[in-house]
Amino acid sequence: MAVKVMSTSIHKNSLTFFLGQNAMPTISQTLPAHHKHCDDLFSAAEEAAQRGQWKTCSEATGRYMQTMLAHFDAEESLLFPAFENATGMTSGPTQMMRIEHDQMRNLLGQLEVAQKAQDADTFSGVAETLLILMQQHNMKEENILYPMCDQTLGAQVEQLSAQLSARLAEA
Amino acid sequence: MLPILSFEQAPPISVPYRFFLTAPLFGIVAGLILTWYGPAALLSRWSSGALAMTHLIVVDFMLQAMCGALLQFVAVVAGANIWRPRLVATVVHPLITTGAVLLASAFVLEWPPLFLMAAATFAISLGFFLTVMAFALLLTPARGMTIHVLRLAIFGLLVTLVLGVILACVLGLQQTGFPLLMFVNVHVAWGLGGWALMLVIGVSFLVVPMFQLTPAYPVWLTRVLPLGLLLVLSVWSMHLIAANGEAQAWQSAVGFAGMLLAGLYAITTLWLQLRRRRRLTDVTFFYWRVAMLALLGYALSWGLFAALPQLGSHPRAPLWLGVLILPGVFLSIIIGMLYKIMPFLNWLHLQRIVSAKTPPPNMKQMIPEKAMRGQMTMHFAALALLLAAVLWPPLAPAAGMVFAASCIWLEWNLIGAVRIYKRFKVQILADAASRES
Repeated sequence: MAVKVMSTSIHKNSLTFFLGQNAMPTISQTLPAHHKHCDDLFSAAEEAAQRGQWKTCSEATGRYMQTMLAHFDAEESLLFPAFENATGMTSGPTQMMRIEHDQMRNLLGQLEVAQKAQDADTFSGVAETLLILMQQHNMKEENILYPMCDQTLGAQVEQLSAQLSARLAEA
Repeated sequence: MLPILSFEQAPPISVPYRFFLTAPLFGIVAGLILTWYGPAALLSRWSSGALAMTHLIVVDFMLQAMCGALLQFVAVVAGANIWRPRLVATVVHPLITTGAVLLASAFVLEWPPLFLMAAATFAISLGFFLTVMAFALLLTPARGMTIHVLRLAIFGLLVTLVLGVILACVLGLQQTGFPLLMFVNVHVAWGLGGWALMLVIGVSFLVVPMFQLTPAYPVWLTRVLPLGLLLVLSVWSMHLIAANGEAQAWQSAVGFAGMLLAGLYAITTLWLQLRRRRRLTDVTFFYWRVAMLALLGYALSWGLFAALPQLGSHPRAPLWLGVLILPGVFLSIIIGMLYKIMPFLNWLHLQRIVSAKTPPPNMKQMIPEKAMRGQMTMHFAALALLLAAVLWPPLAPAAGMVFAASCIWLEWNLIGAVRIYKRFKVQILADAASRES
């Protein structure tokens, strides 16, 4: 399911445009597409809460949380260690990304509490905060970290991309 | 060798906030000047009142907010290391504030030495600011079109500054025989197009899709817009060296090209907003939407004035354009962005000092939604009244008062956000202290 959505939603951002359509899948192609998938799930959950459709919201929030957590997990267990090994940088960008993942995990927890309590105001406030945090986090990854990964990981990129795709598809 | 990136360059919260809190104050002054001068301020773009108001809005309201936002934005988006942001803010903020007061006073009092003082102040403060930003933006390893467009915007501000300093020196030294009008036209074009619109375009490539989950801007457009704008401005600048008669011939064609680009940008943004995946709308969304409609109105009015010279040569025609582009486009975007940036920065800085068990208030608890909507309605009312006052100048005092009131309300809302930040910071630190003891 996730794979299908990912393959149809690969957006033509400037990076994929520069890389061309026939290039081997890179980190800069695989993960931004999954970011977009997360955005869609977020939007569905937020809209359901706004309309007061709490049953739909519960399912949508659950799916959104599961996908987000799988994304963090895939990055933290596969991508970041590979980058850290290749560059020797353990306290640089990947550390900051891990901190932001934790901040988002925390907000996801708050979102779930608000959804269970059917508290529309809190849900909308937490969702708004989560959206901005998520978007600026994605921007940093897509503009800086992923291109750096593609650049430094060399021959590993293709295999790592495939592993990431497989891991995300399981979620 | 990879550049060292920490991603942790977000400057202290006081760096952008000092700029944000100062900006609306000069909107209040601009509104009061219009109220004080009344219809006389709207005689033409060259009236003392009109010149003072314009510069209060562009170099104080807009420049303050944009400098503050850039210091924050570049650090985050570009992962760029801004050299000692606190020091930069401490030097630049009071100097551009002083410069703006000097410049507005120079226009109101018509006392030439003030122009020279304003020129010196801006040359030093903005020269310093531009150097720091240029280094940060040129050395960043980040990729993406926004970075390129931000570099162009910085260049646009540099050209605007240089021309502005020349103009202020000419006025200060009371030089006669200087081609003032030509320089003013080029100065205005770079200020509005090369700096302000360029910055808005660059930022919008990121924030429009980000806030409303719209599709991305088409890739071709992200190249055509900034480069086209740069080309139009460069050709427009030939004004300065071409003989008067020659310039007339291609001036309209270049202007049309510029307006076409602005219109294309506005229509694309409105179209992207229609295709947003996030159905929820908020104050920032409405501010952006009205700004894009005003930009479209600006481009269409410009075309109409060029096509109908009798209408276009009316002394109040440039004022109509000025109201559309300044309060209509740029202030709307700035206010809409402030309502997003400040609640997020509050949250971001507060969550760093709290434990997971006591989360900071969420973004929607930082500025009450009702207060933002009320202020927005008043801003739009002021915009409508300002446009009406251009058509019928006796409305000028009322328009000035409503505009001043909308800026007071904005200031109040922003101060409210800072107070909430301070209150929670104190509370969180007190909680932490009591847990430790």
